[in-house]
Amino acid sequence: MNELAPISREDRVEKLKGLGHSRKRVEDVRFTQGKGNYVDDLKLPSMLYGDFVRSPYAHARVTSIDKSAALALPGVVAVLTAEDLAPLNLHWMPTLAGDKQMVLADGKVLFQGQEVAFVVANDRYVAADAVDLVVVEYEELPVVTDPFKALEPDAPVLREDLAGQTSGAHGERRHHNHIFLWEVGDKQATEEVIASAEVVAEEMVYYHRTHPCPLETCGCVASMDAVNGKLTIHGTFQAPHVVRTVASLLSGIEEHKIRVISPDIGGGFGNKVGVYPGYVCAIVASIVTGKPVKWIEDRMENLTATAFARDYWMKGRIAATKDGRITALSCHVTADHGAFDACADPTKFPAGFFSIVTGSYDIPVAYVGVDGVYTNKAPGGVAYRCSFRVTEAAYLIERMIEVLAIELGMDAAEVRAKNFIRKDQFPYQSALGWEYDSGDYHTAWNKALKAVGYEDLRREQAERVEAFKRGETRKLIGIGLTHFTEIVGAGPVKNCDILGMGMFDSCEIRIHPTGSAIARLGTISQGQGHATTFAQILASEIGLPADSITIEEGDTDTAPYGLGTYGSRSTPVAGAATAMAGRKIRAKAQMIAAYLLEVHDGDLEWDVDRFVVKGAPERFKTMAEIAYASYNQAIPGLEPGLEAVSYYDPPNMTYPFGAYVCVMEIDVDTGVADIRQFYALDDCGTRINPMIIEGQVHGGLTEAFAIAMGQEIAYDEIGNVKNATLMDFFLPTAWETPHYVTDFTETPSPHHPIGAKGVGESPNVGGVPAFSNAVHDAFRVFGLKQAHMPHDHWRIWKIAHDLGLHG
Amino acid sequence: MIPAAFEYHRPSDIASALATLREFGDEARVVAGGHSLIPMMKLRMASIGHLIDLQDIADLKGIRIDGNTVRIGAMVTQQELIDDAALTRAAPLLRETALQIADPQVRAVGTIGGNVANGDPGNDMPAVMQCLDATFTLTGPSGTRDVKARDFYEAAYVTARADEEILTAVSFTVSGGGHAYEKQKRKIGDYATAAAAVMLQKDGTACSAASIAMTNLSDVPVWSKAAADALVGTACNPADIGSAVAAALADISPTADNRGPVEFKRHVAGVIIRRAIERAWSRA
Ligand SMILES: Cc1cc2nc3c(=O)[nH]c(=O)nc-3n(C[C@H](O)[C@H](O)[C@H](O)COP(=O)(O)OP(=O)(O)OC[C@H]3O[C@@H](n4cnc5c(N)ncnc54)[C@H](O)[C@@H]3O)c2cc1C
Repeated sequence: MNELAPISREDRVEKLKGLGHSRKRVEDVRFTQGKGNYVDDLKLPSMLYGDFVRSPYAHARVTSIDKSAALALPGVVAVLTAEDLAPLNLHWMPTLAGDKQMVLADGKVLFQGQEVAFVVANDRYVAADAVDLVVVEYEELPVVTDPFKALEPDAPVLREDLAGQTSGAHGERRHHNHIFLWEVGDKQATEEVIASAEVVAEEMVYYHRTHPCPLETCGCVASMDAVNGKLTIHGTFQAPHVVRTVASLLSGIEEHKIRVISPDIGGGFGNKVGVYPGYVCAIVASIVTGKPVKWIEDRMENLTATAFARDYWMKGRIAATKDGRITALSCHVTADHGAFDACADPTKFPAGFFSIVTGSYDIPVAYVGVDGVYTNKAPGGVAYRCSFRVTEAAYLIERMIEVLAIELGMDAAEVRAKNFIRKDQFPYQSALGWEYDSGDYHTAWNKALKAVGYEDLRREQAERVEAFKRGETRKLIGIGLTHFTEIVGAGPVKNCDILGMGMFDSCEIRIHPTGSAIARLGTISQGQGHATTFAQILASEIGLPADSITIEEGDTDTAPYGLGTYGSRSTPVAGAATAMAGRKIRAKAQMIAAYLLEVHDGDLEWDVDRFVVKGAPERFKTMAEIAYASYNQAIPGLEPGLEAVSYYDPPNMTYPFGAYVCVMEIDVDTGVADIRQFYALDDCGTRINPMIIEGQVHGGLTEAFAIAMGQEIAYDEIGNVKNATLMDFFLPTAWETPHYVTDFTETPSPHHPIGAKGVGESPNVGGVPAFSNAVHDAFRVFGLKQAHMPHDHWRIWKIAHDLGLHG
Repeated sequence: MIPAAFEYHRPSDIASALATLREFGDEARVVAGGHSLIPMMKLRMASIGHLIDLQDIADLKGIRIDGNTVRIGAMVTQQELIDDAALTRAAPLLRETALQIADPQVRAVGTIGGNVANGDPGNDMPAVMQCLDATFTLTGPSGTRDVKARDFYEAAYVTARADEEILTAVSFTVSGGGHAYEKQKRKIGDYATAAAAVMLQKDGTACSAASIAMTNLSDVPVWSKAAADALVGTACNPADIGSAVAAALADISPTADNRGPVEFKRHVAGVIIRRAIERAWSRA
């Protein structure tokens, strides 16, 4: 091989399609042809179908359940209720947040859409008909959907099962509907600074309840093989290994007898992290019937019963000097968790990483307190395209900066620039205990303001206001600014775990004799393009083309244990494991090359795809040659084969950041807002695949747009969900989606093997405040300080109306 | 989202469709594009034992333009309305409206007959038909009769059509002049927060004829004679338009929903009606 005409180094790099290459997504070949394989595509012989009887009431006692008519319907195999699950102790299950949750209504229901009975039939249509035949009698109880009212002394008792329990998984409970108070920071010092501050801005900022609404809803197929006692669960799981462990703990089946498979997943966004009653019921039904049981949610069930996101009432207070230096931040949150605390957060963090709330700013002292509260709403509180509660934190601080700017009479861009953590302060210790790994905020900020022509925009905005006042136009311009800092890549095992499982991740690589490879990871793609990007990381590490590397995830029988994909953790954690495993491969390859070239290891150096003898560039062995040799030569002192595995425990989180600017035209008479311009600068450290990054940013911004401008799960006073279909739940189409301009700076993470930080969630974290700030900014001159999202037509109209702009 | 069981019938002429309707009475319903009816069945808000699919009935298809008269078969889809160049020349209001209904997928199957027969106050075509003073042709066991669009709607989902009748066509006379269909919605595929159809004719500098109808601002489409009267004979100056808007607003009674409260809807309706009048006038 060595005799072939040498190809240039650049050509060899290009051929690998490694780091920095906009390689096309290998997944898209099957997705764009409709050849994906989702859980609902799975059809097993003699498979049964499960469907739920759900509560129409938000709070009621279940006085009786009559299954007889349903059981009489031909094709119905079983109807399970809490009574049937109780002997197995499966009528309740633990949540990821240290609470417990009913699998099927045990005496009462606590939210509309709660699972009451599980019908199993030999046909999906029969199951749906049988659901209508189960007769449930309810006795309505008083409903509370407002977390503040839930904490009033005489509020109805929701969780009777917790009667007398004055403490829970996260400490003291001070009221029957109180879950926890989580505090971080120095409360007293913060209060002192605020009390004597020159300027204080105070605001209640509500981040409303919404829902991740992945295109594919949740579902599974549980299949108990009665002969060998092995349970296989195919499902929409963002964390298949965790599901296996939980299934084993709950069922008592040994873990090696459980196989969890996540096939193609049609989006997760946090909605598919938790364990749902549907999974438990399908597993039990399969064990009982000895047949595979499929359960797939419909859209309304997904929106009303599986995990929601946000619902944080955040009372912020920010103190500053007269010239705009922030001196303290305090935030108290009333967190509405619904009927059960089923947040998906690392165990020790009941409010996730909300304490990243000091954002991009050097704030000397801060305090955060979060009160978790039960209400008659669906459980959840998941990280919808964000690291745990980071969107909430970013929204609060980016709103508080704007409110402070109003208080100071300063431009909000200037307030930010004045308070950014400086480049020379990294690694930076935040007042709330985080160590920010790296950043260069001023560079990013200045680049963003320059790119959008910030001063010209402000001038145009001021002219528009004058024209508006003269009656020449009914449209205002809003300029929404955001500089966000995320905290992703959970996380170091010393403080991050889920149900006791440390939040490391893993990669196992096998190099085949002819120079191709397979790598398996503990994560699972839900559309992020792992099969594309992880192969690129590996290509750069081991010098085999990305096109020759298969990435496999999601089968617990074959993949190494990992904590799954959410919270932008795949690249920071599993990506690091991939690089580290690749380095182990390379280390062995170096010894093989040394043997083949008859030199000492130390005489070799790595060059793109080969080891070269130092000072003798014509003497080398390519990785493909080495791979072959590892299988066909007896090399003294070395085992045959070329494989490696790495379990990576990250030393720290990563801290991606970005600067976003949104320009909006707002019609004050109709409340219609048009996004005229959206500029997004993201710094995610080392950029693995710029095209995938751009796609992730577009997707995340579109979800942010939805959340800020219309998407919500709202309840009426008696606990009915008001927007349980896509007619009312805003999911933007290509038509509504704004045009985005993306940009970047590149500040690698110093502790990550390749310097990558993760990007999938940044645009949602930064996008929501950018859109929302634009709405607020349009009305700033007329005296608006704070208006709650979502900014749909009527709420924008109401802002204008309340400010007297309708004459 | 699974409907209750039903029988499916697919007649190839009107007579057998009517016979099947009659045979199963209350249990039967015709289905056209299915894009209003099937969602209701999937939500189990409608349970229908016998679905009679009209798509094989040739007599219900086609657009005919005879001089000033336009006749559109009930099974003509919204997409066909958009694509028909002759229809667009004769009555551009229809294309402008159809383009604001739902999304291309829905428009490819949703029919004009289904849209006007459905009786949902959110449907856009009923107000347009009232604006055009269209006539609906109904065929039942005892023959065929015509009902004016302006007389057809009685309450939400309640129309002048008897259960055993099929709506076979809509027809109207082309009047020329300026037109506009203005609609505010939250997103593609949404029903109107407020919408208005306007036709205006101009004689010299004055408005010689006017017709104004509104969508989703009451439990039925609203044709406002008073609003039209306010414009006829005027030059459609801002004050004249203001009077027309005030008259139109007096004829509606919107209800609160997820789009917003009544106060907001009335305000938006005023803006939308005004814009529709201005646009129609600019084209007259
Ligand atoms: C996502 C989505 C968005 C939509 N957005 C809009 C919108 O913005 N504006 C709008 O106007 N519509 C909208 N629609 C409704 C759509 O336009 C429907 O297609 C239309 O309302 C009904 O037409 P159809 O042919 O589908 O009727 P079907 O659903 O088949 O029938 C509707 C009703 O009319 C009856 N019917 C149908 N044809 C006849 C007939 N010839 N004689 C007697 N009775 C008949 C049926 O029995 C049924 O009761 C939307 C639908 C969807 C799914």
